[in-house]
This record gives sequence, C-alpha cells and structure tokens, in this order.
Amino acid sequence: MISIVDYGKGNIQSLKNSLQFLGEKVSVTNNPKEILKAEKIVFPGVGEFGTSIKLLQKKKLDKALIQAIKQGTPFLGICLGLQTLFEESEESKGKGLGVFKGKNKRFSKPKKIPQIGWNKIQVKKSRLLKRLNGEFFYFVNSYYAVPEEKEIISCTSSYNGEEFVSGIEKENVFAFQFHPEKSGENGLKILKRFSEL
Amino acid sequence: MLSKRIIVCLDCDLAVKGGRVVKGIKFRQTKYAGVPWEMAKQYYEQGADEIVFLDITASAEKRETMIEVVKKTSEQVFVPLTVGGGIKTIKDAEKLFKAGADKVSINSAAINSPELITKISKEFGSQACVVAIDAKKNSFKGRTRFECFVFGGRKNKRLNALYWAKQAEKLGAGEILLTSIDADGTQKGFDLELTSLISDSVNIPVIASGGAGTLESFSEAIKKGKADAVLGASVFHFGKYSVKEVKDYLKKQNIMVRI
Repeated sequence: MISIVDYGKGNIQSLKNSLQFLGEKVSVTNNPKEILKAEKIVFPGVGEFGTSIKLLQKKKLDKALIQAIKQGTPFLGICLGLQTLFEESEESKGKGLGVFKGKNKRFSKPKKIPQIGWNKIQVKKSRLLKRLNGEFFYFVNSYYAVPEEKEIISCTSSYNGEEFVSGIEKENVFAFQFHPEKSGENGLKILKRFSEL
Repeated sequence: MLSKRIIVCLDCDLAVKGGRVVKGIKFRQTKYAGVPWEMAKQYYEQGADEIVFLDITASAEKRETMIEVVKKTSEQVFVPLTVGGGIKTIKDAEKLFKAGADKVSINSAAINSPELITKISKEFGSQACVVAIDAKKNSFKGRTRFECFVFGGRKNKRLNALYWAKQAEKLGAGEILLTSIDADGTQKGFDLELTSLISDSVNIPVIASGGAGTLESFSEAIKKGKADAVLGASVFHFGKYSVKEVKDYLKKQNIMVRI
C-alpha cells in the first residue's frame, strides 16, 4: 500500500492512476497518523513553496513527514515535494521541512521560465535510476534545489546552459524535480522500482 | 537541454454518446476520426509528448462527457493531458483536474474575463493554465495585424493577438497555445510570421498550432517560428505521418526531441 499525501489542490489524480496502473494499492491521505503508519509515502507537490508549507503546517503534516522519514519509511518526493525537503526557497518565505541542508534557487540563465517540457537526466548514483541515464523526463519548474551535501545528488539536468539538481537520494528518501507519473514508460519504471523497494 | 515537444490535438464532438474525435478545415467542415481515449492511447504509445483534448461542442450539458473522456484517458496515458473548450469558471477547471487533466486551456473565457487566468494559475499553478489564442491576419487602420477570434473562430474580438499574448503572460498564463485560423487544417505549414512574432515577445512557451502538414513544416515552426512545441491533428489522424516519423525527421535536422 502506497500513501499519497494530499494536502491541497495539487493534481494527485494522475499520480494515483499511474500507481494503480502498475497494480499498486493506493490510499490518499492528509491525516498525520496515517502518514506515520504508512508503508510507503509519495509526496507530490504543485504550487508555491510558502503556501504549500503553510498547508502542511496547518494540517500538522510537516512533523509527521519528518518523523516518517526518520523512521525509515520509503519516501518519494516529486517536484515541489523535493524542494520542500530543504530549508528554504527563493520563491517565498517559510521554512521547509529541513530534512536536507540547502535551499531552492530560481533559474537565472534561461529566458523562458518555468521550464516546461521533457529534459534529459545525467545519473550519478541511484537505486531507482538504473539504465535511465540520458533518458527524458517531464519537468515543470522555475526553482531547483541546491543541496549542501553533494553526495545526495542522484541526477542532474541542464536547462539553457544552467545545470541543476533533478534528483536526490539518501537511504529511504528519494525525490525528483521531474514528474515520473507524466514521463511515459521511463517514469513508470521509476515508480515501479519505488513500489518494489 | 529541453526537447521540443510534439503535441497531438484531438478535437472532440461530445454530442455523440461517449464522444468522438473530429477534425475540420479552417474551423469548418468536420470529418470523423475516432474514439477519444483510444486515439489518445495510440498517440501516447507512438511517442506523443502531450495530448490535448478540445471540446468543440462546448455545450454545458455535455461537460460530463468530457469528464468521462478525461478519466478514461488518464488511467492509461502517462504524458501531460490538456483539456480545452468551454471552460468558463474555476469550478469547470477544478472538475477537469480532478478527473486527471494536468492543464486546462482557456480561450473565450480568458478574453471575456481575464481574471480567470490569474485565478487558475494561483490555485493550480501557472503550468496548469494554458491560454489559447486563435489568431487571424486582419487589416486594422490600414495596417495588417493578427487579431484574436473566439467561438470556434467565428467571432472577431478586435483584439491584437500580440498584445493579448503579453497580457496573458502577465496575468499568469503558463503557456500560449497559438492557432492560426488561416492555416488550420490546411496541412500547408504553420504561420511562421505569427508564431515567431508571439514567441519572441513572451517569456513562456509557445505551442504552434494550425497547418502542420509536411515534415518540413514541423522543423520550420521550430527553427523559423521559434516554437517551443508543435501541435498537429489532421496530419496524424489521417495517417499522413506518425508521431515517430515526425520526431525521427526532426532529430535528423538536429532538433532535440524525445525518442
């Protein structure tokens, strides 16, 4: 059973559909108690950093997520779900979950922001990204994480000459800046591997 | 590097039970093409980077049919799904997102009530809000310019398309879906003048639509029209080219595509 964290108006339907397509049982929750008991957690995020943090705090999901990560629950963060794991963002005020040290920075070089579309990933080291080096994934982002611990970087990408972190991985925590649920067959591979952990 | 996207558009007539895909020429004379979700799945498997459903009936009582089409499609298609046609309120948009749409495309409603763009992008993120502009060349005070049309290309709003595209960006649009009415369905190539004019003037992606025909027409839309994505309908539905053939060609032209 995979628990998808639903804390606002993000579109979780496609995420739910993709996991169900893979034969997974899925529950959608905004209940901190359920998060603490979850077998696996998928934490999507669409929208703005500050608003998202406020919603998490309001529903007391922030503490539950930090606790679940500490307990060792396999955790998959997607898009803003990756950015939220860090301490802060140039996008707006508010403290992130602070699971990792570092902050989120806005693209500075590209003319067209947000980045919308399919971009390649260069895999460093990852349990979920085997044989996916150089493959395309679907991105929608204006900001990206700059981790202080470089060893958590699982993959990077480049948008108009600006290199950025597109994935992180440490022990039970996996997160991607792109949307595996919108990235065709390759995205489904990642979700499948996460579900089989 | 971000790849250039190939988007397949399915114009849906929902007056028929379950809906069907049709395609017209210059927004008129429609031909039957197939079942919406079956076609969407087929294009997904061919490598389409995105699927667009456009409700061309856009009558209120048929909205539920579109919801069903979106639900069925999003259960088996795992690339972004955009839905347009007849969306007038944030509630309409929300229903579509809940059914599995990733973006909504708004046209008439955006022109009539521009605050809808801001509302959708604040609530669901700017990436979820595509502003569709149907433009046609017209003379205005002795000069030619591109003007916005609504109601399936039937009504001229006397609104400068260039001005409107910039305005839409300011209001929070995440992308511009730019259709040339003159070129639509003709398969004679995209309107490169219109496409480059708009693409150069905004800082959000521009999807070129209307006129996809030869393989060269796709590369020209990207190279000369400076489009970030190209959209085709007839050219794919009636078997002229597959999405894969178009992508293979673009790759040979040194255009980055997802293969």
